[in-house]
Parts: sequence; C-alpha cells; structure tokens
Amino acid sequence: MANGSSRPLSPHLQVYRFQWTMALSITHRITGVGLVLGTLLLTWWLVAAAAGPEAFAKAQKFIGSGMGLLLLFGWTWALFYHLGNGIRHLVWDAGYALDLKNAELGAYIVAGASLGLTILAWIVGLAVW
Amino acid sequence: MVEFNLPANSKVGVGKTINAANGAKRVKTFKIYRWNPDDGQNPRVDTYVVDLDKFGPMILDAIIYIKNTLDSTLTFRRSCREGICGSCAMNVDGMNTLACLKAIDEVKGDVKIYPLPHMPVVKDLVPDLKHIYAQLASVKPWLQTQSPAPSRERLQSPEDRAKLDGLYECILCFCCSTSCPSYWWNGDRYLGPSILLQAYRWIADSRDEMTGERLDALEDPFRLYRCHTIMNCTKACPKGLNPAKAIAEIKKLMVVRR
Repeated sequence: MANGSSRPLSPHLQVYRFQWTMALSITHRITGVGLVLGTLLLTWWLVAAAAGPEAFAKAQKFIGSGMGLLLLFGWTWALFYHLGNGIRHLVWDAGYALDLKNAELGAYIVAGASLGLTILAWIVGLAVW
Repeated sequence: MVEFNLPANSKVGVGKTINAANGAKRVKTFKIYRWNPDDGQNPRVDTYVVDLDKFGPMILDAIIYIKNTLDSTLTFRRSCREGICGSCAMNVDGMNTLACLKAIDEVKGDVKIYPLPHMPVVKDLVPDLKHIYAQLASVKPWLQTQSPAPSRERLQSPEDRAKLDGLYECILCFCCSTSCPSYWWNGDRYLGPSILLQAYRWIADSRDEMTGERLDALEDPFRLYRCHTIMNCTKACPKGLNPAKAIAEIKKLMVVRR
C-alpha cells in the first residue's frame, strides 16, 4: 500500500505464482463488465426492432456479420461463465466447498461447463438459424 | 487502488553474483531480493550460488548460511526455526510461506526469494508490518465480556472449544494477507484474511460476550466484503488453516442476524 515514505513496495503480481482460482476470480469480473457491454448490443437490437424495419435490418446485418457473430459468441461464453461462477459463489456464501480441493474442483467445473454450454448453445443456435 | 505496476522507486534491478559452489556436488542458485535504505538505490536481486552440502534442508538454513558466510548484509527476520513464531514469512518460489518450513528440494530450479508481496520494505526481506498490526488491534483480539467476572475461569464445553480449532493456531505470519489480491489493492481499508480470521476466532468463542459489537465493526463494504473468495490465502497458509472459510462464516453470521 502507499506508505508515504521512501520505502519501496515489494513485488506482488510480478512474482506471485499463477493460481487457477485467481484467474477465475478476475475472469468473473471481466465477464461481468463484458455482459454489461453485451447488454447494450442487445438493447440496440431491441430498440431497432421497435424503430422499424429499416433500423432492424441494419442491426440484423451487423449482428449477422463476422464481427457481430464474434461479439455474440464472446457474450454467450461470458454469460455462461458468469452464471456458473455466480452459482459457485452462491455455494460458497452458503458455507460449502471452501476447502482447497473443492474450490479447485469448482474452478474446473465452471471453466469446463462455460465452454461446453457455449458450444452447445451455438450448435443449437446455428441449427435453428 | 489497483496498480499492476510497481512504482518507480520499487522497480527491481539486477544485483551482484556470489559464487560459492567451487567443487560442490549439489549446487543451488538463490536469487534474493535486496534493498538497502541507506544507499538511495532501487531494489535489486542478488544471486548466490551455493553448495547444498554446507547447510540444512530448509530455505531458512540456506539464507542463514548465506548471511553467516557469504554476505553479512543480507537482512531477514527469523526466530524459532520451527514454524511457530511466524517471523520468517516471505515469498519463496512465488508462494508466501515460512522459510523454516519450506524445504529447498521442493523448489525446482533457482530459488527466488522476495519479501511478503505488496508491502513497504524496511530492508531486504523485512516488510513493514505497522499497518497490519494496527488492523489487528482494531478487531480487539482478546476476550471481551459484560457479565461480572466469575470467581473462577470462564468455562467452555469441549464442543465449544472445538469450534476454535483451525482458528487459534494462527501465528500471525501474514502469509495469507499478503497473498491476497484484494488486500494488495485495498489493504488500506480491507482487513485481509489474517485479521478477519482473528476477528472470527473471537466471534466464534462461546465465552466472548461482544459478538454483536464485533459484527457491527465488520459490517462495512471494505473491511469485510472486499473478500472475493480468491482462495490465495488458504493456499498460502503455512499452518494449513482456512481464512477463506472463516471469512465466509462471518458473512453468514451477517445474514443470519438481519
């Protein structure tokens, strides 16, 4: 912390060994921010649908483009990740799975499930499309 | 506040190398963070190449050997050399631990030793613990009662005493607090895992009669709720305790008493 003296600050992120649980925690926050931005995209799409066929076609075109699909794919993953890790936090808040073994197991489950559900959602989505 | 980079006066440079492994069969390289408050220079990492047959098996044995025979200016705290005083807490091979409990052969490759992370450095491996001690005092880590003192000890059933297992063993080495990213970024206001485990140790004590006041003092967006269950604390604890669990128990009590 800032100490107001000439003392140096000891290295932290620079030297601390990478931990999976640490990565999941920061990813939870990043996906949270990503979801907010993704919601803006969704709002734009809905507003465009209300505004008329011309605006809607524009929104559809963007979302259907390579860039739009990529954003949508990222948003899908962020949603499943944030949901899964949110459930993990709920379990913790109830006082369970706080030992190291289960905390790491939960990390793997959430990471795996978020990827699996994203791919599943896109297979279903593309099949319907 | 989140600051990923070190301030200009804290950037670490490369220091000297002392090779003392001539003719050694088992050679190990130690890279140790150094900072001298008197020379006006930035911190640096000094390299010591040593013969493992010259000293005992633990990291602490190695740095005592280096101080005694190679470089008497190397500064660190140590006392009991058996994991009960908490003095020799430092960052070894990327994880916070007690140098006296960490075996050298657990470390693959060069042994990198830094002070406890994100702390003001007094000298070399000695961090300034003033602030964290003040935080400890703020949770009043002693038995508080309101009822008149009985004529003998305040008794506790074996079951209630068992609730303190996993809490009373804490030796306040602060390996956990200084492993916690939340404590790195918000250590000025967030109490951190070690202090919250201490707080819970008294909340969980059946003889303590100030539980409500203790919880009131923690009901704060920063003091308690900066914990995001990152689990670095529990991973770091050299005594095998679980500060993350203690913090979760405090959070649960906050909900229960609403």
